[in-house]
Amino acid sequence: MLKRILYDFKNGLWRENPIIVLVIGMCPTLAVTNTVQNGLAMGIATSFVLLSSEIVISLFKKFIPNNVRIPSFILIIATFVTFTDFFLKAFFPDIATSLSLFIPLIVVNCLILGRQEAFASKNPTRRAIADALGMGIGFTWVLVLLSAVRELLGMGSIFGLTILGSWYQPMVIMILPAGAFISLGVLVGFMNVLKRRGN
Amino acid sequence: MEELRVVILVFISTVLINNFILVKFLGICPFLGVSKQVETAFSMGMATTFVMTLTAAATWLINTYILEYFNLPFLRYVSFIIVIASLVQFVEMFIKKSSPVLYKALGIYLPLITTNCAILGLALLIPLNGYNFITSVVFGLGAGIGFTLAIVLMAGLRESLEFGDVPESLKGVPITLILAGIMAMAFMGFSGLISI
Repeated sequence: MLKRILYDFKNGLWRENPIIVLVIGMCPTLAVTNTVQNGLAMGIATSFVLLSSEIVISLFKKFIPNNVRIPSFILIIATFVTFTDFFLKAFFPDIATSLSLFIPLIVVNCLILGRQEAFASKNPTRRAIADALGMGIGFTWVLVLLSAVRELLGMGSIFGLTILGSWYQPMVIMILPAGAFISLGVLVGFMNVLKRRGN
Repeated sequence: MEELRVVILVFISTVLINNFILVKFLGICPFLGVSKQVETAFSMGMATTFVMTLTAAATWLINTYILEYFNLPFLRYVSFIIVIASLVQFVEMFIKKSSPVLYKALGIYLPLITTNCAILGLALLIPLNGYNFITSVVFGLGAGIGFTLAIVLMAGLRESLEFGDVPESLKGVPITLILAGIMAMAFMGFSGLISI
């Protein structure tokens, strides 16, 4: 049983990583990775919603009628997203302002609905928790890596701390939309190279 | 006259300057998933435009006359997503009855519009921007046309790319993302076009 749970947990980290391998949840990945702080906050917020809704749905899976399962999942997810949104607005207003629209848009993040449909609605709660943690951390580490690359090249800093000195001419394009697409494309390509080496 | 000017400016700026896909990062999933052929991309764009325009009208009414009237802002996300899901269902039934040919052409893409974050994003942007009813509908229409423009352009590029010599590791998603990046750069050229 423990082995099984460990397997579910590791699944999301690399083998079925939501961003690099499954290519889902792209909108927040591209939009909020201009600074490490935003990327990390988005990763944690998404992981929280994913974990709570997987717990609730795997507990209630026997009571949710099959025909209306998708609307029910979305309602459960939307409830936790509202909770997260109000929490951030109250305790971290700066982060809430810079993430703005992308906190409510967690509702329609295909990663979350996809995991409910593919995993939480079919498996016991213990395994659903492992899956949510694995997927959440898998999502967060890619977001942090991507935002670190973008912030470093685009502003010469990480977490707001200047890393590259005044000699560095920041490439502003990296923190603009175009830079988001290109750096994610290069990152996924690089991961493909690593994966082919591994095989 | 002033009203008309604002409406036209909102339309142009939503289509070109604040393009939903390339500038606001809304609706990336269908943009990457349904942009292999120009024809399907165009159908997807049209269906999305249709739903977006209706969503803009419906959520404006609900937000103004129910949520704000009874002071229930915390129900916004839940109620908007229900409105969008039922609207998509309604559009599906309507198209199935009125035009079976179009229904067949759109196929699976129709129900998938519900989870397109561009639609919910649009619904949430309207109260944020404080538009009135007419402007909201035009905003929805412009967002849909901007979406169609980007996805059709992308599909055209990808069709030509079929014959290109792409490095093995960049095939599929990575090269599509890099292409989108170059397109976004081109769209940055529109940013000084008008200001409101």
